[in-house]
Amino acid sequence: MRKFKDNLLRGLLWFSAFLTVAVLVTIVGYIFYKGYRLINFDFIFGDYSPAGDGGIWPMIVTTIYTIAISLLIATPIGILAAVYLQEYAKQGRLVKTIRFATESLTGIPSIIYGLFGAVFFVTTLKLGMSIIAASLTLTIIVLPVIIRTTEEALKTVPHSYREGSLALGTTKLQTLYKVILPSAMPGILSGIILSIGRIVGESAAIFLTAGTVAAMPESIFSSARTLTVHSYLVTQESGDIELAAAIGIVLIVIILVLNLSATFISKKLNKADY
Amino acid sequence: MGCMLMSTTVIERNNAEKGNFSQMKQHSGEAAKISVTDLNLFYGEKQALYNVSLGIQEKKVTALIGPSGCGKSTFLRTLNRMNDLIDGVKITGDIVVDSENIYQSNDVIKLRTKVGMVFQKPNLFPMSIYDNVAYGPRMQGIKNKKELNKIVEESLRGAAIWDEVKDRLKTSALGLSGGQQQRVCIARAIAMKPEIILMDEPTSALDPISTLKVEELITHMKKDYTIVIVTHNMQQAARVSDKTAFFLNGEIIEYDETDHIFSMPQDQRTKDYVTGRFG
Repeated sequence: MRKFKDNLLRGLLWFSAFLTVAVLVTIVGYIFYKGYRLINFDFIFGDYSPAGDGGIWPMIVTTIYTIAISLLIATPIGILAAVYLQEYAKQGRLVKTIRFATESLTGIPSIIYGLFGAVFFVTTLKLGMSIIAASLTLTIIVLPVIIRTTEEALKTVPHSYREGSLALGTTKLQTLYKVILPSAMPGILSGIILSIGRIVGESAAIFLTAGTVAAMPESIFSSARTLTVHSYLVTQESGDIELAAAIGIVLIVIILVLNLSATFISKKLNKADY
Repeated sequence: MGCMLMSTTVIERNNAEKGNFSQMKQHSGEAAKISVTDLNLFYGEKQALYNVSLGIQEKKVTALIGPSGCGKSTFLRTLNRMNDLIDGVKITGDIVVDSENIYQSNDVIKLRTKVGMVFQKPNLFPMSIYDNVAYGPRMQGIKNKKELNKIVEESLRGAAIWDEVKDRLKTSALGLSGGQQQRVCIARAIAMKPEIILMDEPTSALDPISTLKVEELITHMKKDYTIVIVTHNMQQAARVSDKTAFFLNGEIIEYDETDHIFSMPQDQRTKDYVTGRFG
């Protein structure tokens, strides 16, 4: 009987894992199946044409811009904030409040951020519908994610590392820089990868702040269209599932490349230190 | 001549009146490397140490024994100010290391360079063996490769682990056995060229053979370092230490030559503890 229960549980666990993978494979497979015929050099690197036979290069560039700018702003601020909260701040009511606030911020639907971005960055700061306005909005969206994951990563660094380092007559900053942050690196990195996912996946907030201009952006102050927004619009306007799926393939590849390079960079960083 | 004699007598009486243990010890001809006077320590409202006074002698091994929660680790951590890391710790009294009151000086970095520490569980960083030992010197600004190599080799030899690790210095320190890791921890402390080494139950996480190796090492090290060791293991205290202090509920009950503590303790509570009646 115990043996049976054990097998039952094992089967259940296996089934859950299988189901998760199966769903993922089905979705990715379906998108590849639907879209792969459109993928060619001209589709990826060609300029957009409203007739529908053009490429998606402007959207790829816009997407990469938004990822780069948002992360460039959000990562340092997020890591510094988390280090302050976790390592320096006196753990009291203020810190608890800040923590509660960041936690709540991660749960707010992105359309709310989009509305805020449209009012504050686009109108009040007079940035207009632009890549920079969208990136700043995305910065606010991913900041709590980076702060939370970095804090969690810092928490997992054993206290004994801190003690060991400080007992050797090092300063708090040296300990932070040489022992704590390197140990927390994998966790911090997963926060950044999650953020990339959120940025790429975002449509509503970008729609409201960067607009939908389907052309190569002249600068980060131009209005432009990201891949996700483009994918949404082609489905919505012309019902072109095939094109949307092809865009989906490109998105998946971009995310994959970014995640792999992030992992690679972190490994390199670690090697350099040890 | 008579005048000098008289002044000596006066100093003696003054010391006796103060009841200052460390000064009395100094007077009896043994140099105290660390003298602690009337040390009280509070975690918030809760008092953990009560009027602790003792003198720790240079190049001797001093063992701190006592049941769990009696304050011996807390006391040890006051000697290199590791308690500073805990919020709400308040300390009164004096700790003088080499005629410098360590709680009046703000140079914790300098203190911790002089007073090294080995912890209960090996706490090597996730780096190579070499980088672990070179960590402290590097943080002090030593960059010269030759100099670092020399320090690393000397420290590992000093901790009797050089032969076991010399061919794998660049591999992760976390791949070593617990006992080896603990000796690398000792090497890492030695690399700072400290004068005093504090050990907080350094063998409690180790198997008997590793424990024996660390104990042998401690016995060798005392010709160069002043060692203060907290231990749960009374046989260990008897084996490695020259002097032993018995702590109970935050107070020092008895402090004497190790032989005396174990063979003819003055206090009944010490006697009960060392004969295993409690603790």
